[in-house]
Amino acid sequence: MSATQTIQLTINGLPRSAVAEARVTLADFLRDRLGLTGTHLGCEQGVCGACTVLVDGDAVRSCLMLAVQVDGREVVTVEGLADAAGMHPVQEAFWESHAFQCGFCTPGFVLSTVALLRENPDADEHDIREALSGNVCRCTGYQSIIEGVVAAARAAREVGGQR
Amino acid sequence: MYWAKAREGARHAQSLETRLVGPESAETAMKAPPFEYFAPDSVDEVLSLLEQHGDEAKVLAGGQSLVPLLAMRLARPAYVIDLNRLGSLGAIDERGDYVAFGAMVRERAAERSAVVRHKTPVLSEALPFIGHIAIRNRGTIGGSIVHSDASAELPAVALATDSEVVLRSVRGERTVRAADFFEGHFTTAIADDELLVEVRVPVARPGEGWSFAEVSRRAGDFALVGVAAMLRVDARGAIADCRISLLGVGPKPVRADNAEASLVGTMPSPDAFAAAAQAATADLLPPSDVHGSAAFRRHLASVTVRRALERAFERTGGGM
Repeated sequence: MSATQTIQLTINGLPRSAVAEARVTLADFLRDRLGLTGTHLGCEQGVCGACTVLVDGDAVRSCLMLAVQVDGREVVTVEGLADAAGMHPVQEAFWESHAFQCGFCTPGFVLSTVALLRENPDADEHDIREALSGNVCRCTGYQSIIEGVVAAARAAREVGGQR
Repeated sequence: MYWAKAREGARHAQSLETRLVGPESAETAMKAPPFEYFAPDSVDEVLSLLEQHGDEAKVLAGGQSLVPLLAMRLARPAYVIDLNRLGSLGAIDERGDYVAFGAMVRERAAERSAVVRHKTPVLSEALPFIGHIAIRNRGTIGGSIVHSDASAELPAVALATDSEVVLRSVRGERTVRAADFFEGHFTTAIADDELLVEVRVPVARPGEGWSFAEVSRRAGDFALVGVAAMLRVDARGAIADCRISLLGVGPKPVRADNAEASLVGTMPSPDAFAAAAQAATADLLPPSDVHGSAAFRRHLASVTVRRALERAFERTGGGM
C-alpha cells in the first residue's frame, strides 16, 4: 500500500528528485523532504492561502495537491524569488510598504502577487483585492499589503518587464 | 541607516536560504491515510481500474475538495485514481446547441474562455464565486458537479441550465440530466464504476436573460444561499420560459417549480418577481447553524431570487 514514489521536478529553477509516498501533500513534501520551510501551513484546507506556491506559473494551494502530482512540473516557492541581484520586485515592494507584521502569511501573499502581476501587470486595486481575497492575514489589516502590491505593479511597469 | 542595515541582513539571509536547500528530514508529515495511487494516461485505463476497484476508489480531478477530505481523514479510499495525466478531457468544445466541458477543464480556464462568456454566460457569471483564483486554477467543472456539495455553485448552474453529464464505464456510456443527477449532499446518480467524462451546458438562447447571485459572509466563502435564474420573454413581452435554482437551502440544489410556474405566461413586473421569490422560498427548510439561522437563510434566498429574476429580465433586453 502507498508505495514510495520518486518525484522529479524543477524547484526554484533547479532540477531535484526526491521520494515520497503518494499520500504526502506538496506542502509537506516541500517543507519536510526539500527543506523549503518558507512555504507556510496555516489551515491546511485551502482557505488561508499561506501555502500558495507556483506550479507551472499558476498560483496553487500546496496543501491541496499531492507531491506526486508535481512530477515533471516546475514549482516556485518563496525561496526561489530572490536572485543574486537581490529581492524580487514584489518582495522589495512589500518591504517598502511594510506589508507584513509577523510574516506568517507573507510567502503566500508574495506568490499570489507574483502570479497576478505576471498575468495582469496593469492590475488596479479591484483586481488586486480580488486576486488576494484567498490570502488571509491576521495582523496588517491588509491596507499596507494592497499598497505594497500597487507599488510592485508600478515598479514592474516602470521597468517594463516582469520577472 | 538602521533600515539599510536590516535590508542588507535580509538579503544575506535570503541568499543563504536559496543556496541551502535544506537537509531532507527523516520525518515527513503524512496526514492522509495510506492509499494505492494510480495516474493512468488513458480514459480506458481509468475505466478498467474503476471496474476493478470502483467501490473502494476515489477519482482525483482538481483535488480541491478531495485532498482536504483525505488530509482530515474524512475520506479513506483504498485507491486514488488521478486524472491529471490524461491528455484528453481538457477541452471546451462548442457543439451547436451546447458547450461540452471535458472532465478536466479547470474552472479558471472556463472563466477565461470567450466561448463560455458568450455561449453560457450564466456559467461565466457563477465561476468567480468559487473559492479563490488559486482554487480555480486547480478545481474542475466536472469535479465540482460530481462532488455535489450542497453549497456549491456549479450544481445549481447545471440545474438551471438543464445541463447534462456524460457518464462512462466499461459497460458503456449514458447521459444524465442534471435534474436526475443530484441526489443529496455528496451524492449523485453516478455508479461506482462510472467516470464523469463530460458536462454539457446548453447555449443560451437568443433573447434569454440570465443571472447568478449569491450571498456569503466573505468573498470566496461557501455561500449561505445562491441562485441561478434563466428567463425568456415572448414577442408580446410575457414570460415564455423561466428556470430558477437555489443552492445552500437543503441537501442538494433545488428548482423553484412553483415560482417558475407562477411566472410563465404573465407579464414581468417587480411585484410578479417579488411574489415569485416568496413562492420559491416559502416552503424551504434551509439548515440552521453558526453562519445563519434557517429563517435568515430563507429571507436571503427570497431577496436573492427576486434580484436574480430582475437581473435576468434586464438581460433579455426588456423593461418593466
